[in-house]
Amino acid sequence: MRSFLSILRRDLKLSYRQGSAISLSLSFFVIVIVLFPLGVGPELNILSRISAGVIWVGALLACLLTLDRIFQADYEDGSLDLLVLGPLPLEMLILSKVCAHWVSSVLPLIIISPILALSMNMNLAGIWVMVLALLIGTPTLSLIGTIGAALTVGMRRGGVLLSLLVLPLYIPVLIFGVAAVEAATAVLPVTSHLLLLSGISLGAVVVGPVAAAAALRLTFD
Amino acid sequence: MAIDLHKYANPRRFLKIISAVYPWSVGATGILLVAGLYFGLFVAPPDYQQGETVRIMFVHVPAAWMALSIYTMMAVSSAVGLIWKHPVADLSAKAAAPIGASFTFLALVTGSLWGQPMWGTYWVWDARLTSMLILLFLYLGYMAIWESFEDPNKAAKAATILILVGAINVPIIKFSVDWWNTLHQPASVATMQGPKIHSSILTPLLIMILAYSSFFLMVWIIRVKAEILGRRLRIQQMNALRDK
Repeated sequence: MRSFLSILRRDLKLSYRQGSAISLSLSFFVIVIVLFPLGVGPELNILSRISAGVIWVGALLACLLTLDRIFQADYEDGSLDLLVLGPLPLEMLILSKVCAHWVSSVLPLIIISPILALSMNMNLAGIWVMVLALLIGTPTLSLIGTIGAALTVGMRRGGVLLSLLVLPLYIPVLIFGVAAVEAATAVLPVTSHLLLLSGISLGAVVVGPVAAAAALRLTFD
Repeated sequence: MAIDLHKYANPRRFLKIISAVYPWSVGATGILLVAGLYFGLFVAPPDYQQGETVRIMFVHVPAAWMALSIYTMMAVSSAVGLIWKHPVADLSAKAAAPIGASFTFLALVTGSLWGQPMWGTYWVWDARLTSMLILLFLYLGYMAIWESFEDPNKAAKAATILILVGAINVPIIKFSVDWWNTLHQPASVATMQGPKIHSSILTPLLIMILAYSSFFLMVWIIRVKAEILGRRLRIQQMNALRDK
């Protein structure tokens, strides 16, 4: 547990000190969402109709953008070899890296999302549920994404392949996440959507680290 | 089970068996395809609502069916390869992937051609069409990962991980897409469900499914043979280089 926490702390510190990475993915998220009103037009009722989907898709893409950083930097400077050889089981190592990725790259998006939702004319009930749904659903994105990141680590053009591998698997999260927000704005019960999202997240906690560990072992065979 | 599988793990014996099966699969494909198309296109009555366009069903439904079964077959095959280190199983999954992707594509194309006269548009974001499209992307990702590794053994393992994760996800994706669809556009497509299938339509449909399956078997045998021989060639080339 101590080594788990120390890796988590190390990764967080690294991403905090290279502050540009956080602000880059954050500005990517904001820019993508700003593009939609520009593309679709400024009518408020249309914007509020599509706001949930736009924010979720933006979060998906911003998360995808930072996935390759989970292993790439450590792979390049060789510290990943040492971490793999270390005493911590590979699955736990990956879990702590996933936690670090989520906290450093996804949590800032969630924090800023209410402001973007306001700008897209989402109502207040919708915003609360959206933040909740993002909190429950986005760990799945990091967990599934880490499988793709582990498979493509060390590849020259891994980024494009990564998106092809990972995005289809993100679809359930997107659907239930948006469904929860739409149910909330229509004053319908939202618990079932949130429960389904949590179910998917829990499943991903089980499958993600194991599959990613198997994929990572390939690189170090 | 394990013992049986290992008997076929020997590529030489495996090659012998599939070579013996191959002519039969060619013959079966020919006969079944001709019979199925004849019954489907000439004997089966036109639908009272959809008219002659209903005949697209005989090429569309089996393709969709094959798309799903081939994905399942690949997942099972990869799992066998992972669990029993069965050397042919990975190659069998690899050989099946492009065929499955083609069937998925065929199902999408015939589906949209069928949709044009029925729904008035080539593409409807119907649950089944959407999940087929996602399945196509899963196939493409699987094929792409085989291409991205230089070492075929690593590629096999990576592809196995990917397809097993995908196989866990496919039911979830299917379920979520169904859910999404009922939320967004209730029952506009439900009129598609015509009368119960009559035997005059069911028989050619079943024949076509069998024809597609044996066609798959035929192409798969060709491809798996090529894969095994390619692997053997690679080993011999590497040995020749080492001996030099």
